[in-house]
Amino acid sequence: MTLLSVRNLRVSFPTRQGTFEAVRGISFDLGRERLGVVGESGSGKSMTGRAILGLVRPPGIVTADRMELEGQPILNLPEGRMRRIRGRRISMVMQDPKFSLNPVMTIGDQIVEAYRLHAGGAKPAARQKALEMLRAVQIRDPERVMGAYPHEVSGGMGQRIMIAMMLAPDPEILIADEPTSALDVSVRTEVLNIMDRLVRDRGMGLIFISHDLNLVAQFCDRVLIMYAGRIVETLAAKDLHQARHPYTQGLLNSLPRLDAPVDRLPVLQRQDSWREGDTITQSLETEFPGGL
Amino acid sequence: MPPAPNGRAAARRRRARSIGGTVLSLVLTLLGLLLVTFIIGRVMPIDPVLKVVGDRATQAQYDAAYQAMGLDQPLYIQFARYLGDVVTGDFGRSISTGQLVVDDIKRVFPATVELATLGTLIGVLIGVPLGVIAAARRGGVVDQVARVVALVGYSMPIFWLGLMGLLVFYGILGWVGGPGRQGIIYDGMIPTVTGLILVDSLIAGDWGAFKDAFSHIILPASLLGYFSLAYISRMTRSFMLEQLSAEYITTARVKGLSERAVIWRHAFRNIRIPLITVIALSFGSLLEGSVLTEIIFSWPGLGQYITKSLLAGDMNAVLGGTVVVGTCFVALNLLSDILYRVLDPRSK
Amino acid sequence: MNQSRQLSRREWLLSDAPQTRRQARLGAFYQGWLTFRGNKLAMLGLIVLVLLIGMAILAPWIAPQSPFTQNLPNRLQPPSAEHWLGTDALGRDILSRLIHGSRITLFIVGTVALIAPVIGLFIGTVAGFAGGWVDQVLMRITDIFLAFPKLILALAFVAALGASITNAVLALALTAWPPYARLARAETLTIRNADFIAAARLQGAGPLRLLIKHIWPLCISSLIVRVALDMAGIILSAAGLGFLGLGAQPPMPEWGAMISDGRTYILDFWWVAAMPGIAIFIVSMAFNLLGDGLRDVLDPKGAKE
Repeated sequence: MTLLSVRNLRVSFPTRQGTFEAVRGISFDLGRERLGVVGESGSGKSMTGRAILGLVRPPGIVTADRMELEGQPILNLPEGRMRRIRGRRISMVMQDPKFSLNPVMTIGDQIVEAYRLHAGGAKPAARQKALEMLRAVQIRDPERVMGAYPHEVSGGMGQRIMIAMMLAPDPEILIADEPTSALDVSVRTEVLNIMDRLVRDRGMGLIFISHDLNLVAQFCDRVLIMYAGRIVETLAAKDLHQARHPYTQGLLNSLPRLDAPVDRLPVLQRQDSWREGDTITQSLETEFPGGL
Repeated sequence: MPPAPNGRAAARRRRARSIGGTVLSLVLTLLGLLLVTFIIGRVMPIDPVLKVVGDRATQAQYDAAYQAMGLDQPLYIQFARYLGDVVTGDFGRSISTGQLVVDDIKRVFPATVELATLGTLIGVLIGVPLGVIAAARRGGVVDQVARVVALVGYSMPIFWLGLMGLLVFYGILGWVGGPGRQGIIYDGMIPTVTGLILVDSLIAGDWGAFKDAFSHIILPASLLGYFSLAYISRMTRSFMLEQLSAEYITTARVKGLSERAVIWRHAFRNIRIPLITVIALSFGSLLEGSVLTEIIFSWPGLGQYITKSLLAGDMNAVLGGTVVVGTCFVALNLLSDILYRVLDPRSK
Repeated sequence: MNQSRQLSRREWLLSDAPQTRRQARLGAFYQGWLTFRGNKLAMLGLIVLVLLIGMAILAPWIAPQSPFTQNLPNRLQPPSAEHWLGTDALGRDILSRLIHGSRITLFIVGTVALIAPVIGLFIGTVAGFAGGWVDQVLMRITDIFLAFPKLILALAFVAALGASITNAVLALALTAWPPYARLARAETLTIRNADFIAAARLQGAGPLRLLIKHIWPLCISSLIVRVALDMAGIILSAAGLGFLGLGAQPPMPEWGAMISDGRTYILDFWWVAAMPGIAIFIVSMAFNLLGDGLRDVLDPKGAKE
């Protein structure tokens, strides 16, 4: 079942040199699955996430032929209606908990605020829910953490708190924008696993935005490769090694491999023609590589 | 009044320091302040001895006074004596009023404090909301208005605006009381308790005196308030813009919070702390900036006292006044520092 | 595409790939000018200041009358065709006095704006570059001056040395330098450990050479912005000193002193005090607008403040 359906999404910003198009006509559908969006910085992957949440600030302009959440159009809704979707139905976890948590509010207050905004109810109930969420992200001493300030917790813990906060109102879709890039390598897997389990248990859709193709491949069901504001290729994560677009292949080859060492990693090639080329979509052909 | 120093830089510096370091640096600053006033007092081309003994004193009288004042001692001993005097609150006797300088200052300082407090109050109550709204609706009408208000405030000579205010509101419209703190009928009628006439008249329960004092203070206080609000609104706007571009603001919006909650509950809460420094600095610069205002409005405060003493060559009074204003600056710094530590969770 | 096509001068200046260092420098300058020119208010400020400078240079020729000639029967005349801005208590033409007074204003502002940043640059860079106890001592002194109430320090200073324009300039410079020192020190600290400084040091450059050739030039642009923004404040402080009778002495047509002259007559002859105040306002406003524009060009990071 399709949760989110996007057709020909464009995000542009007027600048003195003319219009800059950050996202240039992308289309995809999201079901109850884990969808990876991969690309280098400036490829428009983060802007896509923000456009879905209606968080592109003026003078940025968002257009699309279609942007629907379970069949309901959500493109350029009035602020008031969009606010009932944000947090409650679509939520987002950002890169660095050091910056994405309010430094002068206690963690408890921040989670309670997120929950009560949509679920309402009395403070004690919201507090119970917050504690429950903290336990769900495997925080050992939730009572203490509730009263702590963001600078008093570690990065990995901060990101788990962020996940707890954003999942508290039970959204249907979570957008995770580079959720582990700012974390120590040692805690990345732990945070990812917690997020993965919660998303799966709740039957949510996940959009996982990352620059790390291999991470996305391990973690997601399906992958979109973005380049210069367009999707250049979309394929199942398990078929990644069969990628046909030269940019995807370039991304794959730009990482060192233990099983196939090379003297010198190839430099990632970029060609202007990719900016306008068609999306390579996985079709029946690839399932029968030898041909019929 | 020049724009006060950059509050944000001061705020950053503050966070980096330990409390002991702060106190030490404030003590050193205070010592430096006294050293500078001491030096200025010594290089004055006015002979302090002649001021005391008069023109017709004999050489013997002169020499006696010279020694009595310790002027034959080496400079460092003179400085040490000066320090001792200042610490015990002895600034000497004012030549023009014949009173102890301390008593003079006790009399005039409340007038300045009353004026600067009311001015700062006006500046904060209008300047903070103005700055917040200007930042939240960047480029909007309020932002443009705030910009013009600040620009005019930074460009207008305060004493001239005061004169024009007197001309229009007192001379032509007759809406406010004229120069001075009180009308003649109320002068000396209110028993002094705090020295702040607005407060004292309320304590005495004299409603007429309160109204009279208010009609006298409102124009100079609004004037100072205007300059304070120009500065405070600018700083508030810039703090808010910095916070509004932070990631946690996006988080707040992702949660689905209304713009009002995003601005006041999230962004504003983060600027309260640096704002305190700005308000303290602004209050300090009003204590000083009131020099010109007090002269225009014949306001019997510290600024007028210092200036008049200066023109009369009454150095004891000038230095005493300067030390008091400087000490207030230092004390305000310390106060905002302490508030900073109390309010900022990151400083614990 | 025809590569050999002659580039227009504009294209040459705006090229993304300058061929020479000179082209790059001129190009950056031109870019800055374009940004500045796009700011209408900043241009207005620039035009006002150019006019002011022109007025100061040509004062003896464009002033309708002498600024000093008294004409007592003609005193306190309201603005008229003969005296556009009226006459003062001694019957002198206010317009002529304002025109001549622009020289004094420019002199004070120019001198202070030259002295204070140079003192600040010197102290700040030396402190930042030397580090250690030199830094400690210099910054402590800077802090003391920062903590001092500026106007009162200037007052005490002028009182100690005697009232004159020169002493007013000195007093203002003495109170204005500390922020520049802080700024220059902060810049120096960020530059000090840069690789290009290490490279220059490896090439045998001594500390003095590093300071003068490498560190000072990099501090200048932020100092210029700061100076431009401070100019208005300097004008206002100078006028304040003049108003208190501690700057230019009579019969010099200093604007602040002129307001002070008109103060006695404010209720009946408002123009005597009003006109010089308007002049001060226009000029310091022009400096503020210019400063804002310059900041947008030279310090894009600080522009949003």
